[in-house]
Amino acid sequence: MSGQTGTLLEVDDLRVTFPTRTGMIEAVRGVSFSLGRERLGIVGESGSGKSQTGRAIMGLTPPQARISASKLTFDGIDLLGVSPRQRRALRGNRIAMILQDPKYSLDPVMSIGRQIVETLRTHEKVGKVEARERALAMLEAVQIRDPKRVFDLHPHEVSGGMGQRAMIAMMLIAGPEMMIADEPTSALDVTVQLDVLGILDRLVAERGMGLIFISHDLRLVSSFCDRVIVMYAGKVVEQLKASELSQARHPYTRGLLNCMPKIGADRHPLPVLDRKPEWAA
Amino acid sequence: MTSAIAVDRLEVIFDRFRALKGVSLDVQPGESFGLVGESGSGKSTLLRAIAGLAPVASGSITVNGKTLGTRRDKAFYREVQMIFQDPYGSLHPRQTVDRLLQEPLAIHGFADGERRIERALDEVGLGNGFRFRYAHQLSGGQRQRVAIARALILEPSILLLDEPTSALDASVQAEVLNLLEEVRRRRKLTFLMVSHDLAIITHMCERLMVMQGGEAVENLVANDLVERRVTKDYTRNLLRASDGFVRTASEQV
Repeated sequence: MSGQTGTLLEVDDLRVTFPTRTGMIEAVRGVSFSLGRERLGIVGESGSGKSQTGRAIMGLTPPQARISASKLTFDGIDLLGVSPRQRRALRGNRIAMILQDPKYSLDPVMSIGRQIVETLRTHEKVGKVEARERALAMLEAVQIRDPKRVFDLHPHEVSGGMGQRAMIAMMLIAGPEMMIADEPTSALDVTVQLDVLGILDRLVAERGMGLIFISHDLRLVSSFCDRVIVMYAGKVVEQLKASELSQARHPYTRGLLNCMPKIGADRHPLPVLDRKPEWAA
Repeated sequence: MTSAIAVDRLEVIFDRFRALKGVSLDVQPGESFGLVGESGSGKSTLLRAIAGLAPVASGSITVNGKTLGTRRDKAFYREVQMIFQDPYGSLHPRQTVDRLLQEPLAIHGFADGERRIERALDEVGLGNGFRFRYAHQLSGGQRQRVAIARALILEPSILLLDEPTSALDASVQAEVLNLLEEVRRRRKLTFLMVSHDLAIITHMCERLMVMQGGEAVENLVANDLVERRVTKDYTRNLLRASDGFVRTASEQV
């Protein structure tokens, strides 16, 4: 493992292009950033390219799309240069990803425990008994009260919050160094949302992982992350510390912050975003 | 004055599951009333029961002074219209906007369809250029505008709104909320709005009811939330959750 202080991920001029009937569409247009062992938020609206950025790092871009970057390295490994086999070895082992809805990202016909064990045994040589023990411990770490019972349940038998905890357990069991969370709590109730974020926050801090938190919710991201990248039309329009969000300069960031209804602020009508073509330029 | 919507000890039972356990509600004409709670709290079921989309086991629903039976007549649907959460699912994929808007007019036998469609599209800020497009040619916000136009075209007095903006981006949400407020002011509509987001409810509604597990937890006016005058722990939890993520001392490493 590389030094605890060093950069984990470096992205320079990342581009993702999709061929369509009407020509090439650039979903990500020259995104650059680096990630250490910190919590980085990527915020943007639908179509801003935030999810495609995460997927490109993970290696989950659809095959018809073209990816280019002058640099895309994880712990010194050139992600675009390695073989698919090596990429697969990284995925789930050193880089993990959590998706929005546990209903779709868990296997519906396999018990939760077996899925976690499967992940572990794909990446590490461990015996069945030990794997079960570790999966149970991991379920306990994500604050599932009765891990033994949940181990044998299928995804349709658990709530959304429980499913997302199981998903986090599954992603963390191989001990990844970097985690990409793509809208991990958008499908959950507000109260459950905070529980899941709390668990994620504690585990990430304890293990010294790097976290990329992708979300459309600027306020949530700024309360959770150390640093925030704001994307618009496939580009980074602003990068700032989460604590300095109120001093955001770019009109898009300010507009996004402003247009949400707030308890206690009596604003009728709500300010709306006046999109300028030069933001996308 | 007769209430716009009066619900008395309403019970809704799906098979053996009691989704609503005797909920009562009273909404005055011209008022905007909010229902808040988590998924499974019964807030949407209450809305759907009023619209006639959920099996009512006992209790009564009165709309504009008329007590409703299990079968609703046409006049009811002229008075009460509903807007759903997902604009992708609530518009017919193979009908143009024009056809979508003609449907309610044909059902209720309106003669001046042409003029009404033009006016309805104009009112929701879409203009005539959108008239012959299909749902898939519109963005999420535009689709929700079409859904609003379709509801308004019959000139109802009550709108039932089920999470009308939760599928939309924040900036588009602001536009749709503004539009809803504007049509409400202009047409003196009564709103019954469901949301899981306290901030949206306090922005849109004067009074609200917090629900949990099929029961009413607390009745509040919007100002109570602003000044945090809530009595139940459940409501307090919801309020805290709407503040965003707060790192507690033990979590800070």
